[in-house]
Amino acid sequence: MLRQIHKLPGLLAGLLVVVLATSGTILSVIPALDRSIVPPSSFNQMNVAELAGRIAENYPGAEQIKRSPSGKITVFYFNNDTPGADLIDPATGTKVTEYQPSGFTRWLKLFHRSLLFDNKGRAVAGFGALAMIILSISGLMMTAKRQGGWKNLFGHARGTGTQRWHVAIGRIAVFGFLFSSITAIYMSLVTFAYIPDGVGMGPTFPTDVNGGPTMNVGDMAVLKDVNIADFRSLSFPYAGDLTDVFTLNTAQGTGYIDQATGKMLSFEANSFMKKTYEFIFMLHTGQGLWWLGLILGAAASVIPIMSITGTLMWLRNRRAAPRIKKNILAKHANIVILVGSESSSTWGFAKTLHDGLTAEGLKVHTAPMNRMKPDYKAAKSMFILTATYGDGEAPASAKSFMKQLAAVKTTPSFHVAVLGFGDRQFPRFCQFAQDVSAALDAKQWKHMLPLDMIDRQSAQEFSRWGREIGAVLGFELELVHTPALRKTNKLALISRVDYGAEVQAPTTVFRFGVPKAARKGLFKSIFGRRLPKFDAGDLVGVLVPGSSVPRFYSLASSAKEGALEICVRKQAGGLCSGFLHDLAPGDEIEAFIQPNPDFRPASGRAPVILIGAGTGIGPLAGFIRSNKKCRPMHLYFGGRDPKSDFLYEPELRDWLKDKRLGTLNTAFSRVQNRSYVQNKIISDAEMFRDLIAQGAQILVCGGRSMAQGVLDAIETVLEPTDLDILTLKTQGRYVEDTY
Amino acid sequence: MKINKMMSALALAAAVTVPAIAQARPVTLTANLKNYGGSGAYVAIYLTDAKGVYKGTLWMAGPGISFYHYLRDWSRASGGNLADINGLTGASIGAGQTLSITLDLSDALINAGYQIRLDAAVRNMPPSKSEVVVSFDPAGKGKPVKGRRYIQSFQYDM
Repeated sequence: MLRQIHKLPGLLAGLLVVVLATSGTILSVIPALDRSIVPPSSFNQMNVAELAGRIAENYPGAEQIKRSPSGKITVFYFNNDTPGADLIDPATGTKVTEYQPSGFTRWLKLFHRSLLFDNKGRAVAGFGALAMIILSISGLMMTAKRQGGWKNLFGHARGTGTQRWHVAIGRIAVFGFLFSSITAIYMSLVTFAYIPDGVGMGPTFPTDVNGGPTMNVGDMAVLKDVNIADFRSLSFPYAGDLTDVFTLNTAQGTGYIDQATGKMLSFEANSFMKKTYEFIFMLHTGQGLWWLGLILGAAASVIPIMSITGTLMWLRNRRAAPRIKKNILAKHANIVILVGSESSSTWGFAKTLHDGLTAEGLKVHTAPMNRMKPDYKAAKSMFILTATYGDGEAPASAKSFMKQLAAVKTTPSFHVAVLGFGDRQFPRFCQFAQDVSAALDAKQWKHMLPLDMIDRQSAQEFSRWGREIGAVLGFELELVHTPALRKTNKLALISRVDYGAEVQAPTTVFRFGVPKAARKGLFKSIFGRRLPKFDAGDLVGVLVPGSSVPRFYSLASSAKEGALEICVRKQAGGLCSGFLHDLAPGDEIEAFIQPNPDFRPASGRAPVILIGAGTGIGPLAGFIRSNKKCRPMHLYFGGRDPKSDFLYEPELRDWLKDKRLGTLNTAFSRVQNRSYVQNKIISDAEMFRDLIAQGAQILVCGGRSMAQGVLDAIETVLEPTDLDILTLKTQGRYVEDTY
Repeated sequence: MKINKMMSALALAAAVTVPAIAQARPVTLTANLKNYGGSGAYVAIYLTDAKGVYKGTLWMAGPGISFYHYLRDWSRASGGNLADINGLTGASIGAGQTLSITLDLSDALINAGYQIRLDAAVRNMPPSKSEVVVSFDPAGKGKPVKGRRYIQSFQYDM
């Protein structure tokens, strides 16, 4: 729901909001520019009589003196019937420079207010502001949910590049968006008279003026009482017209002054509504508060980025949502698939399952979990595929599932299997799938298979699950899930370094580059894309010839280094690792990049603790290699025997020397005094607590059992402190990449 | 902008001073504005006698009534009476633009020795009362008159 509320105005009014924000950004610097040309004496203490007296002396044809909110004093005058205007130094009452209002600024203001379409345009701009308010509030609420609560709003932002930018920029700038759009709405409501502007009809015109000779304006007691800060404008009477008056405009109101006596003849005080409008106007434009203008302008300047990243996210979700073919009506179906999805990735898996079962001749019905029916007459089995949203909540298409389930009175005859999708890096991995499974248990629904969970959309895990349900249903089910179409790149092996053969753990560091063939030709060698974009910590999906299921490896290098590096251990019977280990330099592979933006050191200078065992050192080595700024990095590496599988040993020694690596701690399990990284962590507990207190981030890479061991060890380390792993995870300070 | 209006309100006011309305004829008022570099100008066009005593409003360019008091001579002479401009208002006139209105005025107004006066005011700029003062009789038709601050030229044709 929230997503819909955010999406609609974003798409419908996106361009309008960008146009308003961009023009607003340019206008926002004007108060600061104005302020920079104002003579410093404009902020001296003085009263209006002093100021007007000085100016009247220098400008006998003075017509009006004005003070702008930025403090600029301007005099409009006539010199031999020719009108002119000068910027004034208030200390002397003399000209600083000629006053030239900018036509561009005036045009831009009109454009910002009305898009140059008068009242219709003003109404459209008002709706733009309303869209901005809706976008800001819904966006803020979505971010709070995604981050796992308001208290984590400013925690580590997760997700792919675009998502992260959208959240990281948005959650700060949103306060500027709200400030600008709420004040804009107020002004718009005043324009269309839904709120009174409080402007009066002017002071009543005096019927009797003294009519005597004009007194010196510098001697008028009324003007002596007005401080320059409250002053807005003073209009002079026409020369020779003895019935004319001075008109004084201040923050308090407007009044007519007798030119012969200097007495206030009539005065109209500014109403509360007028003062309110002026205050709101100042807050919106920054006129009179130049620094606020700059802050709001800076916030507005990122709106194009928000709009572009938002649209990109929407496009990607749309592309990922598949059309289900041969979707049988619920009452005729023997298989029911219910989908809980926030974006669309879970739908992709549901479609693969739907197609696989349909190919077996089954009648399959697939629907969002929200559209669960109270009863499926022909159903033999039900599959529930669901992701989890935010801090363990239901995803968009499953929001009302629990309520609907609670309302089902009968226990169905069919069996059900629940499959959760999630990311183990998040503190509550597959929480909603677990909740659904528990709720089904509580209602005594029969399980076909125990609850299963898929980490980071792993196609392998999904295939395995497919085989398991195939076994239950009595046929062979091979589910080959290919996420949205992706382009693969051809890569050629440049070099390989082999380790670990002596300890039965043959492990190789492979370096790939662009194949020679792809570099041929002048045009291609200059303009041709060399390597796809990636950083250490991202994943590369390798496709073994003849298999459509990719195998993922963590990258140990970034594209900037000109090579793609991975660290792979040969698994007994492993299809992909075997294929890679048989490669000779020059051989080519098909591969693609899958971003994994959460697994990398957070920006800043805080210490980083890297913990890895075996091939898990790959991405960690990549992080150290690119640590050109030498922030404190501490590596814990676990292997079998330093003589055989001390991966990256020579490089690590070099990096220690040039300070890219702060400390190197190793643990080997097949030597005397065998130890594991967990033991090292426990014995360095004091130092760990110290580093964590300094804001250190911990990155763990390796097998799942090793990661569990490290997790337990860190928990032990944290025991005496008031921190725990969950807190660190929510703050993005404990990140795992496990396999 | 071009406007054609029957002058009912003014004709009525004039009827008090001139009992027999003999005939009316179309009078075109044209005001060219200078490129003064500001937002649209409010302009009041009104009639006074030779001594400056208010006789009636011919046209009010500008919609915001709270801004009318900046048209100081008009406001003072007419007492800011909005009934006087009922049906005789239009949009403000942009800098560099021209206002042209045609009104049916009775001969009694044309030959009474009256003056046409124009007051002008622009937001965030000094107001300019009695921007134009010109005597109103057939002899003066088609002769452009210069304005004080905002009006390049004003003329009436009949």
